[in-house]
Amino acid sequence: MCGIAGIIHKGEGDLPFSGDVGREMTNMLQAMKHRGPDSSGFALYGEPSELLVMRFKLADPNESGDFAYSERLARSRREVESRLAKIGAAVDRMDGESEYAYRATFRYEGELKPLADFVEDVPGVEVLSLGHSLEIVKDLGDAETVAQQYRLDKFQGTHAIGHVRMATESDVDIAGAHPYWAYPFSDVAVVHNGQLTNYHRWRRRLERLGHRFQSECDSEIIAVYLAQRMADGLSLETAMKQSLVDLDGVFTYLVVTETSLGMAKDEMAAKPLVLYEADDMVALASEEVAIRAVLNREIDTSDPYEGEVMVWTR
Amino acid sequence: MDQVTHTEPPEQHGGRYDIRGLAEPDTTAPKSAVISGQTAELDAAELSTRQINLELRRLVYTEGVTEVTVHNPGARHSIAVGLLVRCRIRIDGSLGYFGCGLIDGPEVNITGRVGWSVAENMMSGVVVIDKNAGSLTGAALRGGDLVVRGHVGARTGIDQKGGTIVVGGNAGSLTGFMMQRGRQIICGDAGNGLGDSMYDGAIYVAGTVASLGVDCVEAEMTPVDDELIDRKFRIYRLDRPASFRKFVCGRKLWNYDNLEPNERKLVL
Repeated sequence: MCGIAGIIHKGEGDLPFSGDVGREMTNMLQAMKHRGPDSSGFALYGEPSELLVMRFKLADPNESGDFAYSERLARSRREVESRLAKIGAAVDRMDGESEYAYRATFRYEGELKPLADFVEDVPGVEVLSLGHSLEIVKDLGDAETVAQQYRLDKFQGTHAIGHVRMATESDVDIAGAHPYWAYPFSDVAVVHNGQLTNYHRWRRRLERLGHRFQSECDSEIIAVYLAQRMADGLSLETAMKQSLVDLDGVFTYLVVTETSLGMAKDEMAAKPLVLYEADDMVALASEEVAIRAVLNREIDTSDPYEGEVMVWTR
Repeated sequence: MDQVTHTEPPEQHGGRYDIRGLAEPDTTAPKSAVISGQTAELDAAELSTRQINLELRRLVYTEGVTEVTVHNPGARHSIAVGLLVRCRIRIDGSLGYFGCGLIDGPEVNITGRVGWSVAENMMSGVVVIDKNAGSLTGAALRGGDLVVRGHVGARTGIDQKGGTIVVGGNAGSLTGFMMQRGRQIICGDAGNGLGDSMYDGAIYVAGTVASLGVDCVEAEMTPVDDELIDRKFRIYRLDRPASFRKFVCGRKLWNYDNLEPNERKLVL
């Protein structure tokens, strides 16, 4: 089934506006726990910084831990550090959220793809997100569990999307959890509710262009597809409209970039989405109860129609 | 309907564990509604979905209440379902999915909006929604009137088997998909695939139709059709658009064509 949610605080004039997006997204996702208790994921946008933020994992939490598990993770961590140094990234700090999940900030001027590839070449390592303000956090369990584990309560930011997953097409692990970062493009992420039926065709096409896929999950191609289209020169909105033609299946997805939040719904309108629009914010979710988790009063909402694409920019 | 189910004490409806172990076990009606004569006010803010429904049952089945107002429904799912007596229920706010499903008799007014599948399989009664509704509005509707003053999503009245659906605004794609009987009156525009694979019944549209579905054809409006629309609009005090177009089943799919394509060529 899966549940998706998105929230964007619009800036008032020139002032950058930020809100408690960590807390808000946790509440929204927790309200939709019944739609998917397998894993929860967040893509949060904090204040943009000069430094790059990289979220990565060294292993999956449900991997059967052998005797050498801890040593292997420590070794992988050192390897990532040395590789970052080797490729010319000046690491500012590297914090472990758990044994297997890390957050690193560093100064780096080069291309992102070689860096991501070099880091991911370490066995078991996956870059979850890379960008100047995007941070993707995903793990097994409900939203509160994940938010607590990664201390998202204090996260201040401008916009966010989130996902609660009921796995249907691939394994229950971090690699199969949403949101997906649009490797190797900075600051783009996607959450998706639905199934894509021409997944393999698009995966082969995108792989021929040099992109890597970390999971067997069909949703991963939406992120890479959109980022590739934008790199080809299309605007976010045009790329999303094109995706309605190019992608088959039933889907409602949300996409975020450094400045925008967008939604697209397939032409069958098979997956739900409720929209709340106000002057200062926009909130979307699979169910209205999720929006009520941040706005506890009667509100006017509507369902976007089939084949609709909407983008809100800060 | 079996009379015993009506008078059964509500406590006996609770007390069963959800098979998946998810729902609240052993819930009883909270008895928190304020009853004055035949009317009652229920504040749902602190109650769970199950408690709200048990309390509604207690009020209309055993307390002899005929008018209930539910405050703070909080867009929750599956509220006011399975009520099988005549009563008036006013929901002061919005509901989530599957609101007022499987009802037989109540007159419900929802002042907010509703999510997917409102009044699914309603047997008789009236449901009036003052704002928008999601997809699958009135799915498998059997009887009664379902009025949405705002817009509705896709697949309105899918598998409809009776009753009337009135939409004040626009409707999404596949409106009246596989409908078998009953009527739909759409004041605004209809999306793609109107009346796709419908068996019978009629759909009236005042606005534009993006496209017709398989085996749906336009028919001529008769005075009987106009009178029906007039009557419904008078009851619910809606503004009647000047003219409607009527869409019905083309009856091409009623019988299987048993001939293979090459055999058909021979016949021709």
